[in-house]
Parts: sequence; structure tokens; C-alpha cells
Amino acid sequence: MHSDDKLIRMAGQMADFFRSQPGAPAEAVAGHINSFWTPRMRQDFVRHLAEGAEADPIVRDAARFVRLPEQTPARA
Amino acid sequence: MKDFIIPDRDFGTPAAKSAVTISLLVDGIAVSVPAGTSVMRAAAVAGISVPKLCATDHVSAFGSCRLCVVQIDGMRGTPASCTTPVAEGMVVHTQTDDIARIRKGVMELYISDHPLDCLTCAANGDCELQDMAGAVGLREVRYEAGANHFARRDAEGPNPEYRPKDQSNPYFTFDPAKCIVCSRCVRACEEVQGTFALTIEGRGFDSRVSAGMMSDSFLSSDCVSCGACVQVCPTATLIENKVIEIGTPEHIVKTTCAYCGVGCSFDAHMRGEEVVRMVPSKDGKANRGHSCVKGRFAWGYATHLDRKLEPMIREKITDPWQVVTWDQALDFAASRMRQTQAAHGVDSVGVITSSRCTNEETYLVQKLARAVLGTNNTDTCARVCHSPTGYGLRTTFGTSAGTHDFDSVEDTDLALVIGANPTDGHPVFASRLRKRLRQGAGLIVIDPREIDLLKTPHMGQGLHLPLRPGTNVAVLTSIAQVIVAEKLYDEEFIRTRCDWDEFLGYAEFLMDPRHSPEEVEKLSKVPADLIRQAARAYAAAPRGSIYYGLGVTEHSQGSTTVMSIANLAMLTGNIGVPGTGVNPLRGQNNVQGSCDMGSFPHEYPGYRHVSDKATREIYEKAWGVPLSPEPGLRIPNMFDEALAGRFRGLYCQGEDIVQSDPDTRHVTSALSAMDIVIVHDLFLNETSNYAHVFLPGSSFLEKDGTFTNAERRINMVRRAMTPKNGYEDWQITQMLANRMGANWGYTHPSEIMDEIAMTTPSFAGVSYDLLDREGSVQWPCNEKAPLGTPLMHVDGFVRGKGHFIHTEYVATEERSGPRFPLLLTTGRILSQYNVGAQTRRTDNLVWHPEDILEIHPSDAENRGVRDGDWVRVASRSGETTLRAVLTERVAPGVVYTTFHHPTTQANVVTTDNSDWATNCPEFKVTAVQVSPSNGPSEWQEEYGSHSERSRRILPAAAE
Repeated sequence: MHSDDKLIRMAGQMADFFRSQPGAPAEAVAGHINSFWTPRMRQDFVRHLAEGAEADPIVRDAARFVRLPEQTPARA
Repeated sequence: MKDFIIPDRDFGTPAAKSAVTISLLVDGIAVSVPAGTSVMRAAAVAGISVPKLCATDHVSAFGSCRLCVVQIDGMRGTPASCTTPVAEGMVVHTQTDDIARIRKGVMELYISDHPLDCLTCAANGDCELQDMAGAVGLREVRYEAGANHFARRDAEGPNPEYRPKDQSNPYFTFDPAKCIVCSRCVRACEEVQGTFALTIEGRGFDSRVSAGMMSDSFLSSDCVSCGACVQVCPTATLIENKVIEIGTPEHIVKTTCAYCGVGCSFDAHMRGEEVVRMVPSKDGKANRGHSCVKGRFAWGYATHLDRKLEPMIREKITDPWQVVTWDQALDFAASRMRQTQAAHGVDSVGVITSSRCTNEETYLVQKLARAVLGTNNTDTCARVCHSPTGYGLRTTFGTSAGTHDFDSVEDTDLALVIGANPTDGHPVFASRLRKRLRQGAGLIVIDPREIDLLKTPHMGQGLHLPLRPGTNVAVLTSIAQVIVAEKLYDEEFIRTRCDWDEFLGYAEFLMDPRHSPEEVEKLSKVPADLIRQAARAYAAAPRGSIYYGLGVTEHSQGSTTVMSIANLAMLTGNIGVPGTGVNPLRGQNNVQGSCDMGSFPHEYPGYRHVSDKATREIYEKAWGVPLSPEPGLRIPNMFDEALAGRFRGLYCQGEDIVQSDPDTRHVTSALSAMDIVIVHDLFLNETSNYAHVFLPGSSFLEKDGTFTNAERRINMVRRAMTPKNGYEDWQITQMLANRMGANWGYTHPSEIMDEIAMTTPSFAGVSYDLLDREGSVQWPCNEKAPLGTPLMHVDGFVRGKGHFIHTEYVATEERSGPRFPLLLTTGRILSQYNVGAQTRRTDNLVWHPEDILEIHPSDAENRGVRDGDWVRVASRSGETTLRAVLTERVAPGVVYTTFHHPTTQANVVTTDNSDWATNCPEFKVTAVQVSPSNGPSEWQEEYGSHSERSRRILPAAAE
């Protein structure tokens, strides 16, 4: 399996950047993930969070903005 | 493009820059030149070659040989035309009885102290002394044999004035017997290269060219073997060993260097299909006639015996290699890739393109992934070097590229160099910068090490901010705070070119006390006062430029650092005019190009996201297949997915990921888990130890194509010899693609470029015809800029308004602690290049036979390590051993090494930390411990024997 903890860690790094930017950091983290991660990485990420992985609140909040493969590919 | 050999026209003195035009008559021919031009150059412009020996347009006039004297109406005597500037209405005579007599006399004296072995001399046919003797009609030398520098012995015994040849440099020979002491070499070393290694020793008859001190040879001196002296030498005194060995070349092929991102233009001087020498092109717009030791001399790898010229395959990576035909190898590779996809899904395979390959090759490899394999799993080695540059500059300015051309350095008043070591990594740019520093431009260096640029001879005081690795963002943000706090910013620029309200928000962010120099000093160890001085100097410079390298990008905050650099340029209005800008120094020759060509998994050529419907439709139409709208895997993600068993096939062109990527063990276990790894390379590199198919590649001398350098300049690469492996690399990719049903029919790389131009707006105007005509162009090159764009963001940013980003410092997770108390940072050395696959196979080894560890004497003492000792370097990822050198160039707490040698494998130690935005690995910070050691680590030994086993080759078809 893809190291799920690594995905959370990578998202945590994004959160560290976006928390100091103006605007909504969770949406920005999700936007970055949607732009640069494969559907499978996004799926793993969301599933891992749903299973209760520990994460930064921004990361946790970002999950609901992450686009999953079933959804239409329109960009957020 | 082949030229017959016509010696490069030498105008005698460098071109003058002036808006004022002066008109004069030379031998009755009217000529107009810029004010400040020499009479010699004006004559050359009029088509008249004034005889000369000490003058060359590579260096400023010197006036020592007196051969170039002329007569000028109304002027007394016979002035030297090289040192006499033109004046309005001047009437010049280049040949009169008086002049002819003087010149003959001068030549007679020269020849009286020069051997007459012309027929067997290496410079025969290419000797300016010989030419001048002919030009002045020298028919006799009246002087009796006497004291001279060339005869080994006379009737009395050995000649005390004779000095033997200096053959210490592997690439050229210095023969003092042939020297006419014209000082061209000394001046080239000073003016062109900026090293000041050569000097004239003694006076009068005792004058001799000397490298360093009397006891020094060329090799032991400060000489960096750039070859500028060899290029300007008018005789056989300094000459390439290859010319001695082969003879004079007979035609020239104009091409581009395959080493660093400066992208120097070269004239390959050929005899048949053999390279005699590489001479940097004077009309090369990146290098202006200069080169470094790698480009000029280190091309022998192209014909090295280690090169593998036949395809090979094996069932398992533990088997020996089997030499097979191209058909067998390609069929095997194609069917395995397809089987893997059938069994594990379309996205279970991918490709890696290389920055060492041409734009056309790279374009085809990513096209193979997207259009043939049907996946966006394509990435490039730019991932591990400059991906943060793309992301950072696109976010702030709107374009994933540097803003200026290299010529711009001639106009800069201050250069801020961050995380780069140009004298080693980008030597020709360093020489151009040093020239400007000697003219008085300021220098600020932000780097953990005291780099050589700070020791530039004859420059003013440079400012060095020796920060702790990993604190770039803190220091740059603090510099920004000082600029805002002291109101040193360019308000007009910000109001017109950026968003003022956004700036106010950014200023508020900056003014928090946590960004103050005093607070940042605690993290970065850079004295607060130095941070203030740097901020004031950069803001005060009328034209301040920023040049940066991998010390910026290869961090967990690489992208943030790039954005904080862009912030500084916007704050001070240092964008849009010559001498300013944000200029990434790209690592490899085609980093810019490989990014431009759509190698990244999330974007098509021209940086257009795969989810963008309009772009996707362009390619679906051009390629005739449906394309995926979802981003693919980046290189580090590929490895992770491989270990998860979901990524199982890889086509890797021209890259050695095992050696160049971080956390080697992670990489090798990922590769070992794959079903099919195809390595396409010149050599059986480290990655090939884990490969099932080896496709032999062609060198840059054997193919046509283009490279795009750090200044967005698209340069031609031209075939100088037939590929020894049988095919140019783009042909091999095409054959592989066609085995998988691609049905491609390219017959020349120009057709690939035409497809790129047709589908990519920023390349719309680019064609091989245009490049042949113009030499090179800088993208964007389209209807709006038919001849390309030297400077970007001149009237406005590409994205509209410049975008200030809040750059909060976040400490890397890679912190030193009790177990690993030192921080390791990595870099490069002048004579070696990247993983060393090329340069290790040249005589450049004399300068750098192994990687060494730089450690501060106090850290060394604490550990009982002496200079030259073997030491063990361990991190949480792994350990290796190498020899230590004690130096104060690195601060206490910091150690430094290079990654040029596979036996050291510095990347066994580096970790899988990466940039938050792009996953660019954090090569520049690894917490380590150093301790004395007796020899190679267990890993090194195991790796060594594994390498040997992996490279076994069975003889071809033993039927």
C-alpha cells in the first residue's frame, strides 16, 4: 500500500503553507491536492482520514473538498 | 549544419558600446563604427585585416607587439591601431613603406627567438605567427644565433633559458619554447575567465608566461582549465592535446553543450567524424565565446569504452544481461509493458524523461506516456531540482521560468546569489558575473558555505550571510521586513505592477516581530546586522538581480523560498529592465526544456494543466486518442506506489535515478519490486542494475535536436557524427512506441518541433528554419514576439498583477538532534557533473577522483577526525563512508559533500523529505552524525558486489 502516513504528512506540509495565506486554507490544500495528486492518492488520503488518522485540523477539513474519481472532473 | 573551416573572424579588439557613431576612412574605404572602437576594429569592419599578434577581440587591447602600427593623417608617428580609438573624419593608412619596414623589423625580432620547426609543429596551418610572417613579407632573419628560449642546448651545453613542456594538464600542453609573450593567455585568464592564474614573470628577455608561482605547474596552479588561454594563443605554445594527436580540423558543426543550464554554444571542430576540439562560439548568446573545462574538454565519454552499443535484455534482474537485436529488445520491452498494464491497469506504468535529453526526445517520451500508454504518469528529473522554480514563479509572476537573459548581468549593479555556487556549477555565468563584479557591482551571497565567488579577485567587499541549512525562508522574509520597515520599497512599481491592497496585507504579515532580524538570527545564525545590510544594499541598488540555484529549491520549503525571492524583486521593482530579475540557474542543460515539453504529470507542453479541457482537446485532436484529465504520478510517488505493488513498469530515458534521487535504499527497493524497468542510456548506469531492458542511447554529438537553457533560450544541437549505437534517441523512442501501436512516422526532429509549435502557444513561432537563421531564440516566440523574448514581464506580469505571497518560515522536520547533531548539505564541483556518468569517464578525474566530506575543524576535533581520514556519515536513512577535509568554508554544525561518485552514494544518507508543493526532495538538509571509520560501510560493500553481479553480460546468441 501507498504509505498513507506520508500522504497525511505531505498534506500537513501544505497546511503549514496555506494557513498563513489569506483565504480558506482547507480549500487551498484540497485545491493543491486536486491539481497534483493522482485519483488513487486522493482516494487513499480521504479514506485514511475517514479511518481516523491523526492530522492537522486544516488537513482534516480539506478532505471534504478533495475531488474523488466518481465525481465530475470540473475543477473547484 | 556543416561549415567549411574558415577561421573565426577576429576583429582585433572587442566591440564598443555607444550610441554615437564615428565615420572615418581606412585605406580610402568609408566606414562608420560606434565611438570608442579601435582603429584596428574599424579597419576589420571595412574588410581590412591589419597585421597583429597581441590583439584579439576576446580581450581588451594591450599594444605590446607593435605589429599593428598604422599611419593616420595629421597624427605624428605610427600609432598602434589596437589602442588608438577612432575619431570623426580620421584618415587611416594601413600599408605604407614606413609601416612595412617597421613590421618586417618586428617580425624579424620575433622569429629570431622562435623555433623554425613549422612542418612538424602542432599549430601548422593554424598559427598566427606563421600567418603574420607571410603577411609582412618576411624573407630573412639577419640576427646571428644567440641567446634564445627555444633551443634545448647549444654548442656549449644545455640552454639555461630553455624550459621543457608542461604537460600536467590532461587536455592541453604548454610549450614555453614556442611562446612569443604576447600576454593573450594572461589577459584571457583575467578578463574572460576571471581566475588570474597566469602571469608574466620577469622583465625584458626574461619575461615568461607562468601558471602561479615558479614551482607550480598548470595543474597545481589556480588554473581551472577553462581553456580560454588555449583558445587565444596565436602559436603552438598553448594547444589542445587532441590537435597535437590528430592535426587540424577541416569542418565545423555548430552545436550546444550538453552539460549545465548555461547552455553554451560550441563549434565542434571536426576531422571526418572525429572531434578535434570544441571551441565556444563567439556568437553564442549565452556564453559569448567562453566555456568551462567540462564543455570544452570533457566530451571523451562519448567514445568511452564503457559505452554500451547493443541492446540487452534479461528475464529477472538477478540474471546476467543478454545481448540481443533491436527487434528482440523492443518487442520484449513493449510486450512486458502491455502485459503489465493488462494485469495491473493502465496506470501501473510510467516514464521518466531527462533534462540531459533534447526537447524533441522529451516531448516524445511524455507523448508516449499520455497518448500510447494512456497515462499521465510522466515525470522528469527536474522534479528533483527545479520543480519549485516552476511552481513559485508561476504563482507570483505567471511564468514557470527565469525572467532575464545572461547578457543582462552586464547591466547589474548588485547580484544577490542565493543557494548557488556558480564558479563550480555554472562556470561561464560565474565568469560573466565576475567581470561585472570587477567593474564595481556589489555582491551578496546567502549560502551555508563561503563560496568561491566571494573570493573574486579585484572585486569590492562581498557580503556573506552564512545561514544554517533550511532557514532560507526565514532570512529572506526578514530581509523583506527590513525593506518594508525602513520604507526602502519601490512604491510606484508596487502600485502600478502589483495589487496595492495585497501589498498592504503582505506588509502587515511581514511586520510581525517574529520576522525581525534579531528573531531570525536565533534560527539562522546569521547576525541581524548582516540581514539589515543585505536588505539595504539590495534595495539601494539601482539595478539589483537575483541568481539562485538548488540551494533554494531542494528544501521542504523550496517553493516558498522561490516565492520569497519573487517578493523581494517585486518590493524593490527589480523586474522588467536589464540588470535586474529573478534568474534560476538550472542544473542540467535542458531542465527548462524538459519542463516546457510537458514532462510533468499534471501538465501538457507549455505548462497547461491536464484538466484544462481546451488544451486536452488540442492534443486529443493532434494525437488522435482520448486523454486522461487526471494528474499522474511524480517520481517520488512512483516509488511509493511501486512499493505498494501498484506501479510496476517504467521507461527511464537518460536518467540515473538510483544515484541522483534521495534515499537510495527506498529507490532500489521500489525498482526491485517492478515487473519491467527499461533503461535507455549511454552506459550501464546504477539504475540499470535494476533494469530488465537496456536500450543504448546516443550522445549529444550524434543527434539533432534542441536544448533550452536557463534563460529560455532554444539552442540547436546538431549531429556531428553517426550514432555509434545505430540510432538517435528520438528514433529509439519512436520504435518502442510503434511496437505498442503508436504508428508514428517522424523522419526528422524538426517535424517533432513543428508539432510542438503547432500545439503550444509559447512555441508557436519556433522552427528549425528560424533557429538556423537566428542561431537561437528565447520563448515565448510567437506572433507577438517573432524573434523571441529576452526579457519577460517588461510592461506587466504575465499573470497580470504581481502576486505577493506570505512566506511563513516552517522548520524542516529534518532537524539535528542528539543522535544526528550535524546538518549535511550537498553540492557540486567544477570538474564533475551531476551523477558523474559523463565526467567520470573523462580525464576530469584528475581534479576530483572521489567525493569528500567538508567538515569544520572544531567539529572534526570533537570527533577525533583528522584531515584526510575516512569517516562514516550516518543519517536516519542510511550510512556511507568517505574521506574528510577540514575547512572553515562550512560553519560549525554543517558538513558538505558532492554526489558525483557511485561508490560514495551520498544519497544513501539523504531522506525522503520533500518540498510541500512539488515533492522536490530536500537534498540540502539531512541530519547526520560523523565518526571515524576504517573503510567502506556494509552497504557500500554489498552495493559494490551487487553492482558487479548486475552488470554481467552473456556473449550474444551462443547458439
